Amino acid sequence: MTTPETGDLRITNVTKRFGEFTAVDDLTLTVPQGAFFALLGASGCGKTTTLRMVAGLEEPTTGEIRLGDRDITRLRPYQRPVNTVFQSYALFPHLDVFENVAFGLRRRKQREVKGQVDQMLDLVQLGGFGKRRPAELSGGQQQRVALARALINHPQVLLLDEPLGALDLKLRRQMQIELKRIQTEVGITFVHVTHDQEEAMTMADTVAVMNAGKIEQLGRPAEIYEYPATAFVANFLGQSNLLAGEAAGQQGSDVLVGAYEQRFAVPAARSRTQRGPVFLGVRPEKLALVAAGAAVPAGHQSVAGVVTDSSYVGVSTQYLVRTGWGTELAVFAPNGGDAAQLAVGSEVTAHWNPQHAFLLERAPGEGDQTTPLLDSPDTVVGVGS
Amino acid sequence: MRRWFADHWVMTVGLMVLLYLFLPIAVVAGLSFNRPSNRLSYDFNAFTTDNWTNLCGPADLCDAVGRSAWIGLLATVFATILGTLMAFALARHKFRGRSLTNLLIFLPMATPELVMGTSLLALFTAGGLQLGFVTILIAHIMFCVSFVVVTVKARLAGMDARLEEAAMDLYATPFQTFRRITLPLVLPGIVAAALLAFSLSFDDFIITNFNSGNTVTFPMYVWGANQRGIPPQVNVIGTAMFAIALLLVLATNVRRRRGARVA
Repeated sequence: MTTPETGDLRITNVTKRFGEFTAVDDLTLTVPQGAFFALLGASGCGKTTTLRMVAGLEEPTTGEIRLGDRDITRLRPYQRPVNTVFQSYALFPHLDVFENVAFGLRRRKQREVKGQVDQMLDLVQLGGFGKRRPAELSGGQQQRVALARALINHPQVLLLDEPLGALDLKLRRQMQIELKRIQTEVGITFVHVTHDQEEAMTMADTVAVMNAGKIEQLGRPAEIYEYPATAFVANFLGQSNLLAGEAAGQQGSDVLVGAYEQRFAVPAARSRTQRGPVFLGVRPEKLALVAAGAAVPAGHQSVAGVVTDSSYVGVSTQYLVRTGWGTELAVFAPNGGDAAQLAVGSEVTAHWNPQHAFLLERAPGEGDQTTPLLDSPDTVVGVGS
Repeated sequence: MRRWFADHWVMTVGLMVLLYLFLPIAVVAGLSFNRPSNRLSYDFNAFTTDNWTNLCGPADLCDAVGRSAWIGLLATVFATILGTLMAFALARHKFRGRSLTNLLIFLPMATPELVMGTSLLALFTAGGLQLGFVTILIAHIMFCVSFVVVTVKARLAGMDARLEEAAMDLYATPFQTFRRITLPLVLPGIVAAALLAFSLSFDDFIITNFNSGNTVTFPMYVWGANQRGIPPQVNVIGTAMFAIALLLVLATNVRRRRGARVA
């Protein structure tokens, strides 16, 4: 085993343009050594371009990429201690599994190829599959071969480009756990590109949410989820009810917000701004419903509405509640037992603990946002087209 | 009966088409074992293997076949090398005039052979070249290149460019990437192109006829012999060519099937 030089992956002021189009816009990012880092974003947000620049398959237009003390910005892909698990794997179809995995070792004239390959195949639970061709393997097995082929070189950084995208849901969950296990075992820095927020949150210890070539927010998954930095993040990572309002400054430990002729308060510690146009955000599962007129728990804030839709999904019931001004709020009520199902048409009060709300900046003129950003190209704002 | 026909008519028509396709070849194969009653007759007279054993009996036949094979081989080698390089350039690089080249490459295939033959003749004569082996070879290489380019390019286009990126990512230099990944994956296309080039060259008559001077290739020999009665040995050559082609196709199929079983 080669001893990896110690070092974080540091991307500094990197911009990548393809003609007129800026794919990555002045990106600065540090991935600590040994981290499981996820770059999360919709298609076209620049996450794959970022990955390819680290791999050496694209050259940054400007900026610098360093691995530890070493400037790798202009190094060719085969000169970098970085390996990639490609989207849909890119296994060599004319070589068997053994030779696919041995490829990197042979290029670097390593000895003890057989022992290393066998050991690696065992690690990804493919012992005995060496003689098979990639086309003979299932999607999940191919995925493991791709992983083994990259990992066997003990790169300083392993790049994963949507590695689980081609797998079905059940296998994907299984591989998520598997990947996490392997990462813990080998201790290599993983940089994982994905558009699947659940995948990012399950596996990574740090998530960077990218949009239009920039990082919108970076942090631990729970941090980002509980206190998103922008409206984009609030709706890309999970779902949020964002109400358009005006912040009127701090009073005590709270920021006061006026929206739709009601007054709300949000803890200052959970406010990205204190004045001007804002979004008051509450996650659907942080909202609770009571029948109209019933008591709301002390300290909670509330909005009145009518149930317009209810879907029973097992662990919870997902309601849509139309407010007096017409916005439909999403409410996820856990099916914990005592709460009765609310019929469509019921008049209700939706309430929340202010400690669970958050306040974001809003561009003037933007209205309420309550629908999640689905991962379809037309929701990608300001990219490509 | 009607029911039977309704169930089997596609099969019946299919078999008849196959019969239509293979009857001429069967006749050639049959005639190769025939001792004709006289020089100008094509009737099945008597069975013999003389034609096979006495292949080079008719004057100049074997010379013509050898010459055609030699020209075919050389034309194949040159056309395959040139065409493969060109296909790589067209498939992998963006340069000025690429789309124009892509268009022009179809021109020799679309030009009637008669036109190509006469223009080549005009060109050679104007250039003061002695018509013969060399001019035939130049002409053959010329019309084979297009077919090679198109065939290899199709194979290259079907190849996932990420495989090469993956190889580079796994420490392969550009040369190693080409040698270990690109070439093995494109090779079937190159082999197919070479076989195509050989068969195009081997049986070309029209263009060759204009540019051969006194040199006689196999198709020209057959044409000439036709005036005074084709010797039955020509059928032997035809049958042998067909058998070789068939064997090659079968071998490829077997290989592919074995590959598919493993792959």
